[in-house]
Amino acid sequence: MNALTLWFHKTGSPPTAYRLAGRIMPWCYGLGLVLGLVALYGGLVLAPRDYQQGDAYRIIFIHVPCAWMGLFAYFFMAANAFIALVWRIKLSEVLAMAAAPVGAAFTFITLVTGSLWGKPMWGTWWTWDARLTSELVLLFLYLGVIGLHAAIEDRRQAARAAGFLALIGVVNIPIVHFSVNWWNTLHQGSTVRLMGPSKIDGSMIWPLLLMALATHVWFFGSVLARTRIGLLELDGGKDWVRAIALGETEARA
Amino acid sequence: MPPAPRQPEDHRDRPALLEARGLALSRNDEPIFGPLDFALHPGEVVLVEGDNGAGKTTLLRVLSGLLAPTSGEIRLAGEPLTLARLSPQVALLSHANGLKPELTAIENLRFAAGLLGLRSGLSPTTALAGVGLAGYDDVPTRTLSAGQKKRVALARVLLAPVGLWLLDEPYANLDRDGIQLVNRLLENHANRGGAALITSHGAYAYTSGTPRRIALRGGNPGGGGPAGGSGFSRDAAVPEIRDGFAAEAAPADRSNSGGEA
Amino acid sequence: MKPGSTLAACAALVRRDLTLVWRRRGDAANPILFALIVVALFPLALGPEPEQLRRIAAGVVFVAILLAGLLALDTLFRSDYEDGSLEQLVLSPHPLSLLLACKIAVHWLTTALPLIVVSPLLGELLHLAAPLRGLLPLALLLATPLLSLLGAVCVALTVGMHRSGMLLALLVLPLYVPVLIFGAGACNAAQAGLPFAAPLLWLGAALVLVLVLAPLACAAALRISLS
Repeated sequence: MNALTLWFHKTGSPPTAYRLAGRIMPWCYGLGLVLGLVALYGGLVLAPRDYQQGDAYRIIFIHVPCAWMGLFAYFFMAANAFIALVWRIKLSEVLAMAAAPVGAAFTFITLVTGSLWGKPMWGTWWTWDARLTSELVLLFLYLGVIGLHAAIEDRRQAARAAGFLALIGVVNIPIVHFSVNWWNTLHQGSTVRLMGPSKIDGSMIWPLLLMALATHVWFFGSVLARTRIGLLELDGGKDWVRAIALGETEARA
Repeated sequence: MPPAPRQPEDHRDRPALLEARGLALSRNDEPIFGPLDFALHPGEVVLVEGDNGAGKTTLLRVLSGLLAPTSGEIRLAGEPLTLARLSPQVALLSHANGLKPELTAIENLRFAAGLLGLRSGLSPTTALAGVGLAGYDDVPTRTLSAGQKKRVALARVLLAPVGLWLLDEPYANLDRDGIQLVNRLLENHANRGGAALITSHGAYAYTSGTPRRIALRGGNPGGGGPAGGSGFSRDAAVPEIRDGFAAEAAPADRSNSGGEA
Repeated sequence: MKPGSTLAACAALVRRDLTLVWRRRGDAANPILFALIVVALFPLALGPEPEQLRRIAAGVVFVAILLAGLLALDTLFRSDYEDGSLEQLVLSPHPLSLLLACKIAVHWLTTALPLIVVSPLLGELLHLAAPLRGLLPLALLLATPLLSLLGAVCVALTVGMHRSGMLLALLVLPLYVPVLIFGAGACNAAQAGLPFAAPLLWLGAALVLVLVLAPLACAAALRISLS
């Protein structure tokens, strides 16, 4: 066993991963919060009004990073599911399943903010715009993974089955995107382009990118928090979990 | 497998049909069984004993390749068993008989023969007669009694051209004749160089010959095996392998109880 | 003492499944009945104006057949799982993906093909435009095998569950979206006088690809859910 695989096995073992995640997690949350607040200040206060959309456009500082995160979280989940299925690494199973609800939440926020944005822009809460439709299908993919994971009793089998579904979804995402775009051109007329060809100003771009960074960091913090719980659940009977549980109750008492 | 020799002594030098090393399975970190070490040689019948919930069925599912063990390995005729490459050397009789109620007995057997192949010298009709159901060829399986269904399922195992039988509770639902029938089938199978692993919760037993026994004591701490042995540990259901009560009468190899001959 | 050939195994499986469908032939009409009900509900809800119905006819028939297929999917492995013959299938020495492909093919033949046959009738109920009378069955002929194959993978993932209906629909939906878009889209394009060959060709290409990959994925999924 070479040094790299040894390192993987060591950090991948549940107790080590639990401790490591616990150490990194607060930093992720803290950094995500700070970056997010700065980005919000930049986006909501410093950035100029849009000459067409007025202040309503400012929702993109939430909407767009969340949309990116929805996709990123899916690929993060699928990559971990792949590792879990091929090498049967427990930690990857937990990571993949921890990412699913977080990604679903980001996707949901994308849909809600898109809809909120649509009201002043299009005069309607929902338009069958290609992007929104793809986003909706992505949400269904997430819900399928979460639902399947919840429906199987054996935790490891559940993680494998849901991970397999996530991998199928990865193949499906570009196909859905392509087909929805085609569908949308077929039914032209109902579409209003969200992002016109207008150039985006530099004072708008930095809060956007900063917010994207903040959501990434926050995502990892959130995934790590869920991973810790997942590891405790999975190793419920093991000594290291018992030690943690007993230690905590003693501290409280 | 090669043509079956008639004398049981001849099987001694051949590699074990089934070999388990450090085999263990746990679900949601609850140990189901293991770690187990045993080997099954041609001509041997091994009885897996244990109370309800001791993990007998699960053990058989693992040995057949349906379920991946948590740790340890299985070798079938020297080849490691993997999920991707299941062995054509195993016939499994599980709780669900695998029979279609809408089909007749003979249709069920024909399908099994098509799927798994046919043991030379047997046909679905003769196999059905061999389990005492001559004349039941065209009776829908739905109308058969539980014991008769079990017999049809046994005929399916008999038909398959395999060396290793994994029979889960073969005595369940059978009358006295049926129990003797199972014993006779097992004996014949062992004599032609096959091997069988059968489970029983103790109500019935393989009486003819003296099979080796594996006692499973997984799951419930209260239900221990027949022998006391070491104290129950949480992580492992301690396997208890002992030779049959009359080792001198045993026909097959008994070099050691661990089985790595 | 040698295992039978893979071809014999596939033949035995196809023969058995066809026999089973024949013995339970009362159930075989269920998908058709379901599709008919769904189609009949639309005029009742929207009003009987032929022009309005004609506009949505192809799409409604497509959705009705998709839903009927979804309903029938559940039967693909259920009885085999319950009586233990699925286990025997997995344990057989032959490639599981090939055996599953046979099963899916029989399932498509006995559930989807009758739906395609009655699709002109369903279209007629909604005053389907004349140029679509040939196109709709053709699009269905390309789309329904895709639905069956993709659905089979999802059924394999939910095979051990008791009430898997809603979950199955959730798993299947994202996979069905592109098929529905291209299948119904081809009909809509034709109705609007636009070229419709491209979506059909896409469906055909996807069918070839899925025909190869879905049985493999189905076998992998089945191994996961049987363990």
